[in-house]
Amino acid sequence: MSKYLLNKFLYTVDRDPELVERYRADPAGTVDWWERDMANTVLNCTAGEKSTWLAFTEPERQALREHDHVTLFQLGAHPFLTLTLFIAMFERDHGPLEYQLAYARAMDHITLPYPDIAT
Amino acid sequence: MATVAAVIASTHHPFYHRASTSTGADRPPFADEWVAKIEAFRQTLTRAEPDVLVMVGSDHFHQLWLDNMPQFLVGKAPVFDANWYNEEREFGLPRMRLAGEEDLAAHLLREGLDAGFDLAFSNELRIDHSVTCPIITLRPQADLPVVPVYTNIFAPPMPRPERFVQLGRAIRQMVESWPEDKRVAIIGTGHLSLELGGPRQFGPHGPDPEFDRKAVAWIANGDVDGCLGGVTLDSLHAPGNATHGFMDFMLMMGAAGDGVKADYVDTLDLFHTMEAYFTWYPEGAPAS
Repeated sequence: MSKYLLNKFLYTVDRDPELVERYRADPAGTVDWWERDMANTVLNCTAGEKSTWLAFTEPERQALREHDHVTLFQLGAHPFLTLTLFIAMFERDHGPLEYQLAYARAMDHITLPYPDIAT
Repeated sequence: MATVAAVIASTHHPFYHRASTSTGADRPPFADEWVAKIEAFRQTLTRAEPDVLVMVGSDHFHQLWLDNMPQFLVGKAPVFDANWYNEEREFGLPRMRLAGEEDLAAHLLREGLDAGFDLAFSNELRIDHSVTCPIITLRPQADLPVVPVYTNIFAPPMPRPERFVQLGRAIRQMVESWPEDKRVAIIGTGHLSLELGGPRQFGPHGPDPEFDRKAVAWIANGDVDGCLGGVTLDSLHAPGNATHGFMDFMLMMGAAGDGVKADYVDTLDLFHTMEAYFTWYPEGAPAS
């Protein structure tokens, strides 16, 4: 389980306009590049220092590579981060609120209690 | 000594700016009623004639991140830039710039630390829509200095609801002991029931109208005991997965005072979430 790293991916992509477009267009390539080159960046710190231990589990990697927001939710990714980034990528392809409602409908089978999002 | 000119608690809805400024076919059908309610709510702050605003809100993973997450943080800086690229992108929020009130921030930090609240601080804080939404709704000219107070209602583990109430009480006392002859409004924003990124999001109402009805009554009546008896950190998951933002309303109930009824109460049932607006006048209601 690396909920923290899932969130770190969503957070760092969401705040960078170029990465939002890159992840939309090439999810698998973006996830592979990010895990290899960016996952161990210590954010808000000098660029010369890196962590040494952060990696996705295979189900996490796959959910990100497939833009699978339902599985990300079930894995305990922070729902605000996932929603914000996915709206940025996909709302443009839909009418008003259509994407947000479809996003919710895809999760209709999920009942309380929701997966724990504590990191 | 400073005077608490008003205590104001509100939902913060990032879509208000776009809804209120849109025209023609883009203007949603509920916009006119929403604007009318906001303009009436704005008058409750204007009439209090504040000099300084203490703004309680919550960073939404903008500057505060999981590698370094404070539970409660006071912004102490001469200037606060505000709003972020992803808020511009999703909500159409404008970039803003607010003056800071460093002397009051220093006072809250010193007194808060001495009162047992291990407050974090930031000397370079870019604030987000939890603070700018109430500026847009309540003080759109953005001409008053602010002290932002951020709470963690977002990233577990979080403080329990009782702690939010305690901090609200402490903020009220600390503002009243600030040795400046200034009128301070304490403004905080949170949420009623809310779901974000889950199956109950963006419904025709908030995800739990029954919770919202109870919550509005607790706040309007200053029923701190009833509220603390009705919610726990765990139970707040049930009305919607982002309902922990209600703890900022609980903080404001602490600031307003146990058992003190709000002088102004209004609500608006929107899709996705219910809006709710409350004002207390500790000195008594000013002439309108």
